[in-house]
Amino acid sequence: MIGYILRRFGAALLVLFAISVLVFLIFFATPGVDPAARIAGKNADPATLAQVRASFGFDKPLPVQYALMMKHLFISHDLTSFVNRGTLVIPQIIEAVPVTLSLVVGAAVIWMVLGVGMGTLAGAMRGTLVDPLVMLLGVFGVSLPVYWLGEVVNLITQKQLHDSVFSWVPPLGYVPMSEGIGQWALHLLFPWLTLALLYAGIYARLLRGELINALNEDYVRTARAKGLSERRILVKHALRCSLIPIVSLFGLDFGALVGGAALLTEVVFGLPGVGKLTYQALQNLDLPVIMGTVLYAAFFVVLANAVVDVLYARLDPRVRRA
Amino acid sequence: MPEPLLEVSDLRIRFGGFTAVDGLSFSVRPGEVLGVVGESGSGKSVSMLGVLGLIRTPGAEISGKVVFRGRDLLTLKNAEMRAIRGREIAMIFQDPMTALTPVYTIGWQIAEQIRAHEKVSRRAARDRAIALLGEVGIPAPEQRVDAYPHEFSGGMRQRAVIAMALSCNPALLIADEPTTALDVTTQAQILDLMRRLRADHGSAVVMITHDMGVVSEIADEVLVMYGGRAVERGSRRQVFHTPRHPYTWGLLDSVPRVNGPRARRLPTIPGTPGASGQGCPFADRCAHSFAACAEVPPLTGDSGHLDACWLPEEKRTR
Repeated sequence: MIGYILRRFGAALLVLFAISVLVFLIFFATPGVDPAARIAGKNADPATLAQVRASFGFDKPLPVQYALMMKHLFISHDLTSFVNRGTLVIPQIIEAVPVTLSLVVGAAVIWMVLGVGMGTLAGAMRGTLVDPLVMLLGVFGVSLPVYWLGEVVNLITQKQLHDSVFSWVPPLGYVPMSEGIGQWALHLLFPWLTLALLYAGIYARLLRGELINALNEDYVRTARAKGLSERRILVKHALRCSLIPIVSLFGLDFGALVGGAALLTEVVFGLPGVGKLTYQALQNLDLPVIMGTVLYAAFFVVLANAVVDVLYARLDPRVRRA
Repeated sequence: MPEPLLEVSDLRIRFGGFTAVDGLSFSVRPGEVLGVVGESGSGKSVSMLGVLGLIRTPGAEISGKVVFRGRDLLTLKNAEMRAIRGREIAMIFQDPMTALTPVYTIGWQIAEQIRAHEKVSRRAARDRAIALLGEVGIPAPEQRVDAYPHEFSGGMRQRAVIAMALSCNPALLIADEPTTALDVTTQAQILDLMRRLRADHGSAVVMITHDMGVVSEIADEVLVMYGGRAVERGSRRQVFHTPRHPYTWGLLDSVPRVNGPRARRLPTIPGTPGASGQGCPFADRCAHSFAACAEVPPLTGDSGHLDACWLPEEKRTR
């Protein structure tokens, strides 16, 4: 198992290196594009262009440029945005990360609990009215787009009913955990629920299908023939095996969300997270920021996948040897 | 004659409009091996699943009486039935490749069954699992107990499944084609093992199979099923030496012979399995069918050899 973990993280490092090279090449070696002009932004004066050229080593060979870029990113942390004159990129990202992590981790807990609960309930109660009802609820969650649902939630909690039922809802925005867990959670409550609803629906449907398949498996029949209780069969045998694909999907979704895919939720609820940062950078064509957030996103996707693979091996002994 | 351990009378299992088992009656005495033979779809497996209350298809109707040690299993509550399953009646299924939960070790799964029925410590259950694995011929059981199912071959998995089934010393072991998914040499080993274990544990066995060879090796009594009904029942000697039902003739004829002239083609029973709507279920495929076959023949006979066929005595020759 230890060997597996080491191998898995070794592979993750290799993937990260490959991604950084690829991102670097896309930004700096796309033929016919002057990277200095891109980085300096529109209408940059010759002095700025010269400064960019020198600082990124555009007169040197590509490997040196790559090394310089990595130095700016990871060692001296002095990658500078030229669009927003002089703003350092890395501190911006570091500031945005806790916001995104707070949003996604909280939502993930909610959607896993809801999704696994609903999926198990529907799968186990198949053939009764509970199953279609729960699944209907799931479809409801899946079919509401986050940006619309978020706006409706805001409309209700911040405006229409803010003077009565929802008077306890704080204004939009993010409050760091250092100012009190309660305020932090209260500010994030509706973003969490909004983001979690979609995923809970997807996970519930997926788990229900997996569970129904598992309950038809021979090993479940064996478990029944052993004289185990239905509850034990459901939890220890059927659910245990059905969770394996759920965990791998969770890794992908979680990684992507932390990497910036929670953009819509962040924008709607005014949370200054990584998604929102990327969104703004894209609007201004702020290349250094885009590059920073792309690498950051890749890092989380790869890391989340590696963690999930290790978890996967924990859940499924057949994977360990592979 | 000792009291029967299991007595099934007039068992009927219907799925919607389809009758899978149609008035099946048989009994098993303690320590006896009953071979249940028939083609796929003859209702062998489903009747045994019915006996154990393992049919979970919505809308399945089960009626009749299944008396085990004086209790009618069909009337028991779920919890009472669970206490019998695995402890007093164990069941082995056809495909050992999928019969074990892939994410737990073999030893864990055996211990799980022991601990479901007896109050023993984890440690004691594990020790018993090791002993059982040794007993069914798994080499180095103290290491193999921690192996996962995918680390076992098919034959070893079936041995592990048998070890699990025997873990609580059941009075009755129902084996649903335990050798079908295995290759021939492994089949012989598993049959040997079952014969030996039966001698050691004294369990009665119901062996479901479509393989006449398996029945001839292991069974004391034989029940031949067709279309959800018993068509012939008797001791192994009676059924193999003086088979009385045309379907049994067909089954025996389709076993290749080692001695004597070699047949150009192995005889088969024409047609496809399945009960005809009315009358004798085998009538459509029977070379001997005549007017009387429009009615369902009763299972009758003497000296323990029963058959369900209208054919007069003088025509009962293969």
